[in-house]
Amino acid sequence: MKKTTFLGTVAAAAMVAGVAGAGTLDDIKAKGFLQCGVSTGLVGFAAADANGNWGGFDVAVCRAVAAAVLGDAQAVKFTPTTGKTRFTALASGEVDMLARNTTWTFTRDVDLKFTFVGVNYYDGQGFMAPKSLGVTSAKDLDGATICIQTGTTTELNLADYFRSNNISYEPVPVETNSEAQQQYLSGACDVLTTDASGLAATRATFEKPGDHVVLPEIISKEPLGPLVRHGDDNWADVVRWTLNALIAAEELGVTSANVSEMGMKAGNNPEINRLLGTEGGLGEKLGLSNDWAKNAIAAVGNYGEIFEKNIGENTPIGLSRGLNAQWTNGGLIYTPPFR
Amino acid sequence: MTKKVSYVRTEMLPEQTPPLTAAGPIAWMKTNLFSSISNSILTVAAIIALYFILSGLLPWIFHSSWAAGSLNECRDVIKEAYGPDASGACWAVIRERYLQLAYGFYPPFPGGEMNGFAPMEGASLPGYFRPNLTFILMLVALSPILFSALPRKMLWFSAIYPFLGFWLLWGGSVWVPVMAFMGFVLAGLAFQIIGKMFGSLFGVIAAFVVPVLWWIALSGYAADMMQSIVPVGLLPIESSQFGGFMLSIIIGITGIVVSLPIGVVLALGRQSDMVIVKALCVGFIEFIRGVPLITLLFVASVLLQYFLPADVTFDKILRVVIMVTIFAAAYMAEVIRGGLAALPIGQYEAADSLGLDYWKATRLITMPQALKISIPGIVSTFIGLFKDTTLVSVIALMDPIGLTNNIRGDANWNGIVWELFGFVGFVFFVFCFSMSRYSMYLERKLKTGH
Amino acid sequence: MSAITDPPKGGFHLSMLIYDSRYRSMTIQIVTLMLFMLGVAWLINNAAENLARLGKPLSFGFLWEPAGYDINQKLIEYNSQMSNARAALVGLLNTLLVAALGCITATILGVTIGVLRLSNNWLVARLMTVYVETIRNVPVLLWIALTMAAIIHSLPQPKAFRGDNATASMIGDAVAITNRGVYIPKPVLHDGSLIVIGVFLLSIVAMFVFGKWAKAHQAATGQILPTFWIKLGIFFVPAILTFFVMGNPITLEYPALKGFNFKGGFHIRNSLIALWLALSLYTAAFIAEAVRAGIMAVSKGQSEAAAALGLRSSWTMNLIVLPQALRVIMPPMISQFLNLTKNSSLAIAVGYMDITGTLGGITLNQTGREMECILLLMLCYLIISLIVSSVMNWYNNSVKLKER
Repeated sequence: MKKTTFLGTVAAAAMVAGVAGAGTLDDIKAKGFLQCGVSTGLVGFAAADANGNWGGFDVAVCRAVAAAVLGDAQAVKFTPTTGKTRFTALASGEVDMLARNTTWTFTRDVDLKFTFVGVNYYDGQGFMAPKSLGVTSAKDLDGATICIQTGTTTELNLADYFRSNNISYEPVPVETNSEAQQQYLSGACDVLTTDASGLAATRATFEKPGDHVVLPEIISKEPLGPLVRHGDDNWADVVRWTLNALIAAEELGVTSANVSEMGMKAGNNPEINRLLGTEGGLGEKLGLSNDWAKNAIAAVGNYGEIFEKNIGENTPIGLSRGLNAQWTNGGLIYTPPFR
Repeated sequence: MTKKVSYVRTEMLPEQTPPLTAAGPIAWMKTNLFSSISNSILTVAAIIALYFILSGLLPWIFHSSWAAGSLNECRDVIKEAYGPDASGACWAVIRERYLQLAYGFYPPFPGGEMNGFAPMEGASLPGYFRPNLTFILMLVALSPILFSALPRKMLWFSAIYPFLGFWLLWGGSVWVPVMAFMGFVLAGLAFQIIGKMFGSLFGVIAAFVVPVLWWIALSGYAADMMQSIVPVGLLPIESSQFGGFMLSIIIGITGIVVSLPIGVVLALGRQSDMVIVKALCVGFIEFIRGVPLITLLFVASVLLQYFLPADVTFDKILRVVIMVTIFAAAYMAEVIRGGLAALPIGQYEAADSLGLDYWKATRLITMPQALKISIPGIVSTFIGLFKDTTLVSVIALMDPIGLTNNIRGDANWNGIVWELFGFVGFVFFVFCFSMSRYSMYLERKLKTGH
Repeated sequence: MSAITDPPKGGFHLSMLIYDSRYRSMTIQIVTLMLFMLGVAWLINNAAENLARLGKPLSFGFLWEPAGYDINQKLIEYNSQMSNARAALVGLLNTLLVAALGCITATILGVTIGVLRLSNNWLVARLMTVYVETIRNVPVLLWIALTMAAIIHSLPQPKAFRGDNATASMIGDAVAITNRGVYIPKPVLHDGSLIVIGVFLLSIVAMFVFGKWAKAHQAATGQILPTFWIKLGIFFVPAILTFFVMGNPITLEYPALKGFNFKGGFHIRNSLIALWLALSLYTAAFIAEAVRAGIMAVSKGQSEAAAALGLRSSWTMNLIVLPQALRVIMPPMISQFLNLTKNSSLAIAVGYMDITGTLGGITLNQTGREMECILLLMLCYLIISLIVSSVMNWYNNSVKLKER
């Protein structure tokens, strides 16, 4: 059987490649693209269309970072990850950053050795129930069957909440969001629990969204944000300040439409000048070109634009800004100054 | 001469048609469907079951919509066409996504220049030219192995196909697979030369050591050098863009083909008299067969990275292929061991009496016969492995089942289940069923007994 | 001739390690062992270094920390404050439960289908062929997902049982079949129930003893006793008698619709049913093939000889064909049982909390201890497989034809 093939060895010879030792940023510049871990498919946050183009709220962060580092929002490759594989993918260097609605928790930050660079969505765990069930509060859920997605913080929150309120429930763990919907819609569980944004996104796709209510209780804090590995502060800074640039752009009124014009020459507002690189040379301090933020904003828009385009009120998902409004509008979205 | 009166009839009567109860459909039904009371009950029960299944399934399949942009649109179309209570299949999702289910996110028209690779193809070629060509060439490469009537010279193409197929699919410099192939050429040369000079054992050792040294130390540089002198290449395609049935076939075929030689070695090891070698082989085989594939895939996706030096990373598909190969090798070893055990002891004794040493006896006498006996087992191992490739969806690879999740993640197709599973199941059925028929054909052909 | 096998005279040379066939195999083995150990050491060293670099050295301490999550189906006491190890044990028991149930139903179904495939009823034989081919040629993961989808979409919801114009009703007010699973009455034990259970267990033992005796009796005298009816009697009569004598010590608790769900009784969850059903149906197709091959492997002369002796066709099957076929059927059947057990790890697709779902799923995700969790998980499956295969091999040896 000499003719048997040896693709494995060939591939091994061909695909052994060096990974991030110290400088993720240099690696990315050298290989010419950013490798970004996203979810396997969550409406509005990350999903691929029929042509395999990824889009969504989390995906936009990846694209913004790619635009800031490489000047090209398309120079990014997406690795779909599950709840189980996401942290290993990041820890092992398979992806450069993770933008996969991941909750910032103490354990993940400290024990699992990751660096959360910020929060791009303030979320909380909520419940959705059919209107016909007549439930108005999570406290009424004694004995209910509840669908939860495994591999997330939600199942721990749920156990804690019901335990502290001393009510019983029947957990039904499901692996994916689409599975959860299937079970919920067919009545195999009474209540669906996940992050409130996910509930809204899910409800938006129902045939009759009006038949379902999201209960008022939010039982946990779920600050979702992009994360990178511990120990590469320079790279963490790049991702952190790209996210901040998107947020600052909205605050300062810089949009994808006017950014090229505003970035041509220095204007009256020094903070805009510093952000767009017409003054101060902030980009060089990050190890990027000075028009890094301009590129990012031009590619995906500012934070508000990303929000409106992917999950905002005019999309099928229809999320209002709520906690995710700018701090000037009573929300929590706030960036340290560009100075 | 008196006139003879015959006491028996002298001419034949014309044949009569058998009575209706002994021939024709009624008789057939009587013997095959209603031969006894219990048989009649079974028949009626089967007819009722068949009716229920078909009456539920057929309207759903045919009261369907092929042209719609989303699930809701689909439902409206079906209600309009077949009445308000009708519920039918929304095949429109297959129509929109069948290319994705077949190829994943593989770019249909890879073109343009990147990293200095000269594009050898543009938008002028038909879509998915590279994977399609690879698939057709795979059939060509497999055909001399599958059908013994074809000329043996074609096996040379089979030998270089893996490298060609790899290059066509993943792209990049042509010199990488060429230099990898050189390793095998070197192995052959080393075996010939060193074997002649120092004896066959050293030849075997050299055939292992030389290519490994070549791959580790030199082949990368050689490939780079040749690329800089004669740049030939295709646009590289990332592993994360592979998906759909293409991915299943890549993993399945590579797994089975690579596992075959490993399985042969393991089977020989398990039959060996050497205690340590035997213990290692038995331990390996039983360990792999004792754990579910899914745990091995977890190892591939989560743990394998830890077992390698910090600066080495393997491509995700490659990691999965490695674990799948290890998995298949253990099963393959058992199949081949069965083949070896089925050989009459006289074959071994005859080889010994001819004065052949162990390797010659194995190579010339026992292994060819054992492999021949094992072919049906190998095919069924392959069918099992091909079906098991669906498990890679659990570790977020985009195989057909993984893609169904992704498609349902699209707001338009949220909540669609049966159509996708039905389609994927149907395609798997077509593949596996034809392979099992092929295996039965082989079994009949190879049957040399009476 | 003996001179040839005499060891050559003279001293020991290093080259003899390779050229002398007495030492060569030893050399090869030692070199192999050393290479193997080196390889393993290299892997372990890498793993240790990588884990140390990530700051999470191998430690199983997390097993004794509170798990923090709830599990719906628990065969032993468990709540979210108990340890991860306890959660893993709950999962392990769930794995064993579905594997045991699956093996039993798959055997029954598989033997039935295998025999029916050889039936002279054309329609039934064809239907069974279609069944076997359809099931075998589609991945089991797809079957599990489809079965789950079928259960949750086609069975009634609990709320369909509610109100005056309920669209669904319980079977005999005792069994409710819903898309959340099946609710059946649960026996409640009172004083004296232990005696009833004891008698019942004893009668099972008696049944087996009788079976053995009947076989020996048949072998000695040729007399065939109506074992089936006698066994049935031994199975039921003593236990039922004691039940009434002790004054009905076991009562049933019926499920009833309260609040969101049915309360009371046993709840067989939809995830268990889907997994159980899908694994049984899938494995049954393979077992059916093994059974068919086994029956066909019994030479036709055997049944002809039986017919010549004047045996009835049912006796021919039971006394001549099946015992011989069993020896062919057992080995593939054992490997199918093992496959079923391993396939039960796909429980993840329907949210059944087996050991892959607890130890290899939620615990792994929440603690981030991939290495420890996956190694433990593999060890568990390995032990299960080894136990199952050794038990089944022991059984196989006991039914094997004793040849000289």
